[in-house]
Amino acid sequence: MRGRGGSGTDRGGPDAAGPDPGRAEAGPDCAATGLAGPGAWGDGVAVLVGFARTLREAGVPADGERVQTFLGAVDALGTGRREVYWAGRVTLCGRAEDLAHYDRAFAAYFGDRTAPPPRPRTAPPPRVRPTAHAAAEAPGDDGGRTAPAVPAAARAAAAEVLRHRDIAGLTAAERAELHRLRTAFALRGEQRRTARLRPARRGAVDPRRTVRELLRGGGEPAALRRRTPAHKPRRVVLLLDVSGSMSPYADVLLRFAHAARHARTSGAAPATEVFTLGTRLTRVTRQLSHRDPDAALAAVGTAVPDWSGGTRLGETLRAFLDRWGQRGLARGAVVVVLSDGWERGDTTLLGGQARRLHRLAHRVVWANPRKARPGYEPLAGGMAAVLPHVDAFVAGHSLAALERLAAVVRGAAGA
Amino acid sequence: MAREEPAGEPERRGPHGGARDARVPEAVRSASGGARPVPARAPLPASPGELRDRLESTGYLADDGLAVACHLALTLHRPLFCEGEAGAGKTALAAALADVLGAPLVRLQCYEGIDASQALYDWDFPRQLLHLRAAEAAGVTDAGRLEDELYGERFLVARPLLRALRTSPSVLLIDEIDRADDEFEAFLLELLADYAVTIPELGTLRAETPPVVVLTSNRTREVHDALKRRCLFHWFAHPGYARELAIVRSRRPLVARRLAAQVTAAVQQLRGMDLVKPPGVAETIDWAEALAALGATELDADLAVATLGSVLKYREDTQRAVALDLKGLLAAARGS
Repeated sequence: MRGRGGSGTDRGGPDAAGPDPGRAEAGPDCAATGLAGPGAWGDGVAVLVGFARTLREAGVPADGERVQTFLGAVDALGTGRREVYWAGRVTLCGRAEDLAHYDRAFAAYFGDRTAPPPRPRTAPPPRVRPTAHAAAEAPGDDGGRTAPAVPAAARAAAAEVLRHRDIAGLTAAERAELHRLRTAFALRGEQRRTARLRPARRGAVDPRRTVRELLRGGGEPAALRRRTPAHKPRRVVLLLDVSGSMSPYADVLLRFAHAARHARTSGAAPATEVFTLGTRLTRVTRQLSHRDPDAALAAVGTAVPDWSGGTRLGETLRAFLDRWGQRGLARGAVVVVLSDGWERGDTTLLGGQARRLHRLAHRVVWANPRKARPGYEPLAGGMAAVLPHVDAFVAGHSLAALERLAAVVRGAAGA
Repeated sequence: MAREEPAGEPERRGPHGGARDARVPEAVRSASGGARPVPARAPLPASPGELRDRLESTGYLADDGLAVACHLALTLHRPLFCEGEAGAGKTALAAALADVLGAPLVRLQCYEGIDASQALYDWDFPRQLLHLRAAEAAGVTDAGRLEDELYGERFLVARPLLRALRTSPSVLLIDEIDRADDEFEAFLLELLADYAVTIPELGTLRAETPPVVVLTSNRTREVHDALKRRCLFHWFAHPGYARELAIVRSRRPLVARRLAAQVTAAVQQLRGMDLVKPPGVAETIDWAEALAALGATELDADLAVATLGSVLKYREDTQRAVALDLKGLLAAARGS
């Protein structure tokens, strides 16, 4: 393509670029050379890079390497609207969740100068997040600008957020407490045998190493080498209830989650996954991966739209199982639900989903901050429906209780 | 059926053979664990549209986005990361691409604990030992030569990844990468970065032309971003009615048209029913085939209940479908 004398700027050619016949020339690095040749592209590159920046502000991880691939893709396909749309979609997105953001950002950034954007036939199934994109249609018509300066898509993304949580900052005492939490909780799942084998002193004979040893000794019999399955902590999944009835505890529980996510003592442990439950399901694992707890909590506050709202525990639990749990996240994991089990109305859905969760997970631990109150009996609605499908039912109202929870998750304390 | 080609001239050859292998059943295509003999190589398609047409001629119906993604994978030499619902045609895509390119399909099925000796290469230790013993018995004294022999091509067991690197061109399918663990992902990342591998005893081996790599994931877990960043991303969703019907018709041409239409319509409705596991395209094809095997030319309630097991794989779903509105569903399906 770059050998074609700067013809890259013709817009909208149905097939501006065929594949290069010389395959050896086009390599993974052709994106970089496309970027290096400003003559062929002019400020087309600036427009495309500006689009990528808009995408990043809308929450799509369109980082530098992806942008280079994007430029290479546009170079290969041509600069028609459809071509740019698909080139970006294929190269800049990395998750199904990105696609909706991408479509909106594309419409907002490139406006409708030509044809309306191609209706994506391959949009991800919306049944997972039933109401997440309700406000999707409204913004984006005010686009029509090519300059990358104003991120219209950022506003589009912000419109979706229903309610922000106000985290003005943490006091010094809270920070100290956080530090204590961090050291107290290494929320590791109990050990599980993996399929991966490692060298060991006893166990089955390891033919590979034994024979290698034999060959090294010129065929003389040598000591038998052995191997045994490696052990690894199970994945821990935290489901955090952020509905109104839990609001006194939500903050400290979130910090607990942050501490749990970062207290990784060995590299082998799979990362702890964190979700919030309320009127909808939000995955906050990514937000919590900020090392700095303040930044992490602020990010979560922005990401969770239903902070201190109502509760639809059964439905959100089902959303979790449909989208994540059943596919594998909950399989063989230790799932910790931090919730008071408060459910309005009918609890049969909640009970059914708890049963489903119990069948998938290795252990289900339910931590209820209200359990410690004198005279508390788990008779009311949701909790009673859930209890038969829970392996351990613990309190979660204080630091000590949370430390005990960590011990239960480790498998150290009896259920 | 394979035409021999001079090794030094990988591209630009005669007219491609149109619909080859179009009716090979899916099971036969993907069952071959390693490289299979294939027809002559075909030139690269010049545009996404041409690629789509040629995929269609092998019996695989791709939409615009997928055609663009595949086209970019071929021109930019990037792996194609296919994610989406089970049974949406991710694995079948690799087989179809192999047909289009006339390149052998090399398949690597991932599982937990898979490592380099199972995915890349291994040494045939028992045969090495035998060789050593035989050499000793024959009184070989040249130790250097003996060692070269022991760690030569002869005793190298090539696993799928190495086979794909050594076969140019080839289509490499890395199936269900989400089942493998982080360690393997890191290893793969290294391999996909420069399509080369270093075997300490033999030296570095680089692919003559990088294989076309298709990775699939069912999202049982989130694959690491570093690996995804290397790849082009395409999301597979369930197709709409018209496209799904076309897929069923093209995959199972012996099924009566009317039956195929009704089955497709019924499955489309089932997907809207909020099931534990909504059926994929593969299930639609299975259902149509099952009904056709029972001699049906139309979908009726009794037959539907009897064969429901080929579409719905959870007891809750079956109960729900039977109890609620199978009748209404069929009426709606028949009406359309």
